[in-house]
Amino acid sequence: MMSAMLYLSLVVLVLGVGRKIYQYATTPAPLKIPTTPAPTTRAGVVWRMAREVVFFDSLFKASKPTWIFSWLFHAGMLVALLCHLRYFTDPVWGWVALLAPFSKFAGLAMLVGLIGLLARRVVVDRVRAISAPSDFLMLFLILGIAASGLLMRFFWHTDIVAVKQFAQGLLSFQFASLPGSFVLFMHLILVAILLLIFPFSKLLHAPGLFFSPSRNQVDNPRERQHNPSLSGHGKKA
Amino acid sequence: MAKKPEKKPEFETPVLGDYTEVPAVTPGSMDHSQPFVAKAAINEAIGFPGELVDNWQEVAVTKLGELVDNSRALRVYLDSCVKCGACTDKCHYFLGTGDPNNMPVARQDLLRSVYRRHYTVAGKYLPKLVGAKDLDEEMLDKWYKYFHQCSQCRRCSVYCPYGIDTAEVSMAAREIMDTIGKGQKYCNEIIGKVHKLGNNLGLPEPALADTLEGLEEDVEEEINVKVKFPLDVKGAEVMLVTPSADFFAEPHIDGLIGYGKVFHQAGISWTLSSHASEAANFGLFIGSVDNMKQVAVRIREAALELGVKRIVFGECGHAWRVAYSFLNTLAGPFDFLDSRYPVPQHIIEVTHDLMEQGRLKLDKSANDDKRVTFHDSCNVARASRMGNKPGGQLTLPRDVIKASCNHFFDMPRDTIGEGTFCCGGGGGLLTDDLLELRVKGAKPRMQALKDVHEQHQVTHMAAICAICKSQFSKVLPYYGFEMDQIISVHQLVGDALVFSADA
Ligand code: SF4
Ligand code: SF4
Repeated sequence: MMSAMLYLSLVVLVLGVGRKIYQYATTPAPLKIPTTPAPTTRAGVVWRMAREVVFFDSLFKASKPTWIFSWLFHAGMLVALLCHLRYFTDPVWGWVALLAPFSKFAGLAMLVGLIGLLARRVVVDRVRAISAPSDFLMLFLILGIAASGLLMRFFWHTDIVAVKQFAQGLLSFQFASLPGSFVLFMHLILVAILLLIFPFSKLLHAPGLFFSPSRNQVDNPRERQHNPSLSGHGKKA
Repeated sequence: MAKKPEKKPEFETPVLGDYTEVPAVTPGSMDHSQPFVAKAAINEAIGFPGELVDNWQEVAVTKLGELVDNSRALRVYLDSCVKCGACTDKCHYFLGTGDPNNMPVARQDLLRSVYRRHYTVAGKYLPKLVGAKDLDEEMLDKWYKYFHQCSQCRRCSVYCPYGIDTAEVSMAAREIMDTIGKGQKYCNEIIGKVHKLGNNLGLPEPALADTLEGLEEDVEEEINVKVKFPLDVKGAEVMLVTPSADFFAEPHIDGLIGYGKVFHQAGISWTLSSHASEAANFGLFIGSVDNMKQVAVRIREAALELGVKRIVFGECGHAWRVAYSFLNTLAGPFDFLDSRYPVPQHIIEVTHDLMEQGRLKLDKSANDDKRVTFHDSCNVARASRMGNKPGGQLTLPRDVIKASCNHFFDMPRDTIGEGTFCCGGGGGLLTDDLLELRVKGAKPRMQALKDVHEQHQVTHMAAICAICKSQFSKVLPYYGFEMDQIISVHQLVGDALVFSADA
């Protein structure tokens, strides 16, 4: 059952996000609209994007509390995700093993970040005013995932060996059964839901960032004619 | 004509404190503000239906779909917002009014909610959950009000982690409204005039020639030098395209005089064009690429007709955005011009180059009566460049000012440069039917001016935008300043230029 659910949500995720990325990539960007000052070279744009992705540059400029909570959450999630590779690799990759001791800190960072973001959404009148029910649900969903993970880490330890067998089974289509743990069950269900709604929700900000013209365009409209078909004057004169 | 008595304003000018406070959310506080709706003839003249079409909901939703299909920006922006709130305290209109719909994300949501309802799975089946809404009369009313409370200044996009640019969203919304026959009078009327007469003021060629002649006489009288303000001179090296306000409005005209003096001293032959007697391009404000292109193509035609070698733009913010960012795209390539110069060039770039080459003789002390600060215009700062390095649009004007006067002081850091505050009148809002919005939207800039006034006894604020200049002349007095404290950068240059007796 759980295997089927995870497969299904993974398929929806891949197809849904794939479709969106295809849409973003093929939708025309008729005019040059980078937010300036902007890099004047492709390499410069790569650097600008890298800073956005890794350090959340713009958010840092905008609001320090949002930045720190949001960065803690995302960085924690990244490390936690990577740590999960130990269930899928056999033998466990060296660097994954090295990372393993940090997984609990990663989970805690996620928790702190998420609670901070939630608090901001409730306490700051402006953020409260722009929040839809789905914005809260999304936070609760991810909080649930992080919390259930941490619970298994600190209190109700599950049978790691069995979990690994289950994960390996997913990879090789030889389904193993899941250890009977309610917390683990919740953890996986919530993950499946998250993957399922990803392509239909604001989680699209992840691929979206890479396609944002105000960030990814090179500032060179005078030097190079962008989109020559628009002017239609071609090479004459 | 009897002078109309100045009407007493029906609103209170915000009080400036010691620093800019973020106001509490005050729902509905600007719900009464909206610009005049354009009459049928005005809309029709620029290719839109005259009045609200019968099946407007359907037409609007279809148009929205088309726009999203044809703009990666719009598509990505509508999908990507995570409601993080980083932009909520960045808009000058929110800071000046507290109206939650003036928070950039809330403004976007007016369009996003309709997009979600009609074009996303979640919005179709679970509208309440994700805040998707139908486009009904109430929503259209909100669109008209709040998409005309955005000056498309892009300040929000600087701080958004995904670069979501509310300006793009506002432009799209205005284009949809134009498509269903609900156009804004101020913008659409002006675009019609440019198409018909070549400039925003509807100033015909003979009147323009007269004005320029008068200007030559005035300047000669004042400094005893025959500075020319040529019109339609074939074979001139430079064609200057400048906002038509430069021909008659204060303090704009002193800027025009400054450009003339620069060209005169550098010995560069130049001309204005009656066919392209306007740098402004309001097509941008209503998001209409068709109109924007039509207006831009005039400039190409004029350059070809006059056989000039360079195109230079006068001081105007959005015009420089359209010129710098879009002219080559909309009307290029300009391979018939002198390839040693960028096309187009900003007058600041021209003056800056000449200064570096030592071709201008300046006496800074001519401006010793002034202590100057500089207002970065939003479209220049965040949607263009000058020179060949990123950020030149911020440094070049300051270099030019510092070379022309002895006392220069910047306003607080978070209010200038890429974080500059709009004057409050950009984006097609420079109209008296939006006066309250303009006064309130100017608050953050006025606060910053007050700061440098108190700390450095700054007396004048220089700008390189016709809209900023008009807007500040109007709103400065509301905050206890004098209307003539706003000046053109090229006024400073012009006043500092030294002409020897035999010139
Ligand atoms: S573009 Fe400027 S005016 Fe419009 S919402 Fe953003 S900050 Fe406000
Ligand atoms: S900063 Fe960007 S992502 Fe955050 S609420 Fe504003 S528009 Fe949305």
